[in-house]
Amino acid sequence: MALPNVLETPPSGFNFENVFRNVALEGLLEGGRTKAPKPMKTGTTIAGVVCKDGVVLGADTRATSSEVVADKMCAKIHYIAPNIYCCGAGTAADTEKTTDLLSSNLTIFSMDSGRNPRVVMAANILQDMLFRYRGQIGAHLILGGVDCTGSHLYTVGPYGDIDKVTYLAMGSGDLAALGILEDRFKPNMELEEAKELVRDAIHSGIMSDLGSGNNIDICVITKQGVDYLRPYQESEFKDKRQMRYKYHPGTTPILTEKIVPLQMEVVQETVQRMDTA
Amino acid sequence: ICDFLCIKNTRGLRSQLKDSVPVTGLGTQIGAYGVQDTLRSGFSSVKNELLPSHALELSEKNFQLNQDKMNFSTLRNIQGLHAPLKLQMEYRAARQIQRLPFLQSSHLALDTLKGNDESISFEDILNDPAQSEMMGEPHIMVEYKLGLM
Repeated sequence: MALPNVLETPPSGFNFENVFRNVALEGLLEGGRTKAPKPMKTGTTIAGVVCKDGVVLGADTRATSSEVVADKMCAKIHYIAPNIYCCGAGTAADTEKTTDLLSSNLTIFSMDSGRNPRVVMAANILQDMLFRYRGQIGAHLILGGVDCTGSHLYTVGPYGDIDKVTYLAMGSGDLAALGILEDRFKPNMELEEAKELVRDAIHSGIMSDLGSGNNIDICVITKQGVDYLRPYQESEFKDKRQMRYKYHPGTTPILTEKIVPLQMEVVQETVQRMDTA
Repeated sequence: ICDFLCIKNTRGLRSQLKDSVPVTGLGTQIGAYGVQDTLRSGFSSVKNELLPSHALELSEKNFQLNQDKMNFSTLRNIQGLHAPLKLQMEYRAARQIQRLPFLQSSHLALDTLKGNDESISFEDILNDPAQSEMMGEPHIMVEYKLGLM
């Protein structure tokens, strides 16, 4: 249907048409008992450590939607490039889309130039993208990878602030995880020791924070390749069903049975000849 | 021609923007004689203009313009006036290669010049004009584009 009030094609990108409506709705809902739906946050513990041969990233797997656990096996370690992975905390959809866009941009770049992307490029692209949207995209990310210049670990906040460190934790459980990391981190650790350290940090985040829980994922990135261990450790509080809850046929007794045949009458009959020449 | 401007999000000097005029007016459409177009957009009211818009609405509307301004300004300072002049001439020529406004044009030449073919951002994913649910009246759109409205 052609509309006479559309004078030019709407620009692509974000559409702000519903802002007035949303503000009005919020005003209406404040008084009532209904609340606007909350976006799914990851309420996470994520951690990263630079060790001797590479980078170890770890994350829990719980995604919450205010007080309800929305996803028990959420994948928080996202693929960016063959040598770069990114853990995301904050709004789940924002971290997913941002890391997807970053991954696509880096793939285009590596196809264009024939080189493997570097971690600092990923960090810069993220920084530009997040600053452009002034923190409205709620993505707290830990970027880690190994490239030709060595192993790097960056954190990018939702407003585009960057920090390059050797050990890191983000998310709602970051204080608990940072305690473990501050206590036991040493520069140039061995790979197994680093994996244990990250596991313990995430575990303390899971124990001390309501927003983190379930299993622990670990991703080890070295020059030789990537080892994505999902799950590295399963939670010991998994639900165990006591019985089988399927009902066999005949559980419900049949009291009476009444059969009504459906009368169908022929209304119209047409014969169409097929041309079989 | 240099490919300095193929950098998408340059962190240029914000001081170069001192003479830029931001795009004003979010809601009203200016019709003939500079007055609000009552027939198409309804009665004007101050309340409509003061209602809160999104924090990013204005900055997103101006984003590409501001980036271009910053880039051209920096380029002019580094390489002299000829560089932005030549580039703007190329942009202007490439912008003319398109179909009538109500049809989908690919903007291939313009995208290649601006470097949009080497990056993906939210402009390429969200609100694709090819899948827009609203279609404009062809005659009205052409008249608007030609400035006859």
